[in-house]
Amino acid sequence: MNNESAADAAFDGNVMAGPLSEVFAVDITTAQGRCRGCGTTSVIATLRVYGPDPGLVGRCPGCDDVLVRIVRTPDAVWLDLAGLTSLRVAVPAGVAGVPASSGGDA
Amino acid sequence: MARTAIPGGLSARRAWRSATLADRRPETAQAVTLVLDVPDWPGHVPGQHVDVRLTSEDGYRATRSYSVAAPTDGDALELTVQRVPDGEVSTFLCDDLRRGDTVEVRGPLGGWFVWRPGQPGPVLLVAGGSGVVPLMSMLRARPAGSASPFRLVYSARSPEDLLYREELARRAAENDGVEVGLVFTRSAPEGDRRGVGRLRPEDLTGHGWSVDDAPTCYVCGPTGFVESAAAHLVALGHPPERIRTERFGPSGP
Repeated sequence: MNNESAADAAFDGNVMAGPLSEVFAVDITTAQGRCRGCGTTSVIATLRVYGPDPGLVGRCPGCDDVLVRIVRTPDAVWLDLAGLTSLRVAVPAGVAGVPASSGGDA
Repeated sequence: MARTAIPGGLSARRAWRSATLADRRPETAQAVTLVLDVPDWPGHVPGQHVDVRLTSEDGYRATRSYSVAAPTDGDALELTVQRVPDGEVSTFLCDDLRRGDTVEVRGPLGGWFVWRPGQPGPVLLVAGGSGVVPLMSMLRARPAGSASPFRLVYSARSPEDLLYREELARRAAENDGVEVGLVFTRSAPEGDRRGVGRLRPEDLTGHGWSVDDAPTCYVCGPTGFVESAAAHLVALGHPPERIRTERFGPSGP
């Protein structure tokens, strides 16, 4: 990881771990997202990501549709997940307050 | 509360921490290893990265991600930074950050591109350029005498561009289950039998490294390199679910 590069550089979803950690309590880069456009399911870490400025744009490896957009302003995180129909987040079985079955597709 | 299950605690991972430069070691003409002192660093898994944030006097901020280069060692955090021409963060870190200066770091980050010590089975590491940094963290975390053999295939422009050159030669010479294969794309040492050229499928095979040995494969480098290396691995028969990738930037080494 060394994400300083030319404009329009392609990174991958690993680089979204930091910005997503501001919003989510678990690491979303290991979650599986389903593309609204083509139905492909991908681990978020494997998305092709463009950025980092003015924001990160994550695209589907199957059809190149935009799945995730993150823009950080001084006082907010803008998160656009409109390209996803679901996000499957694995959780440790038996964690208090979180039934293990909630790890399934939304 | 579910959050008590998160190692290091949620706020610990999310928080920006002050990190003070304790030491710096040049690796090549264009890369330097920074040793940062981060009080109460919660530890990390080999392969993880951190975000580094710089704030200028006028309040302008820039954030970039850098892989951690070495396993957890108390509050010491090692990052190897490759200078990117016109890159405002990497040039500052490489040229201007002095011992005692501070930056901010957030992490450890990323649970996908990681190797956990104790994870069974052989490991095939494939690096393009500075993509070797997170793989070096994995290699350095491998316990001496481990039953899991590691093989690093490392593609660089020239011998002068190799990071960790002496340490890699030393580790490969120890006869402890670590192999290092070097691939040069622009200029090779005199007498190098492979010659110069981009990564080829045969660079990824070798005695004891067939698909049947079922290695977990980690590929890191510029996007073109990673896509080509991963395609070679799949063509050789490695199942995609055992290939993990991390890519950055458009150009190849």
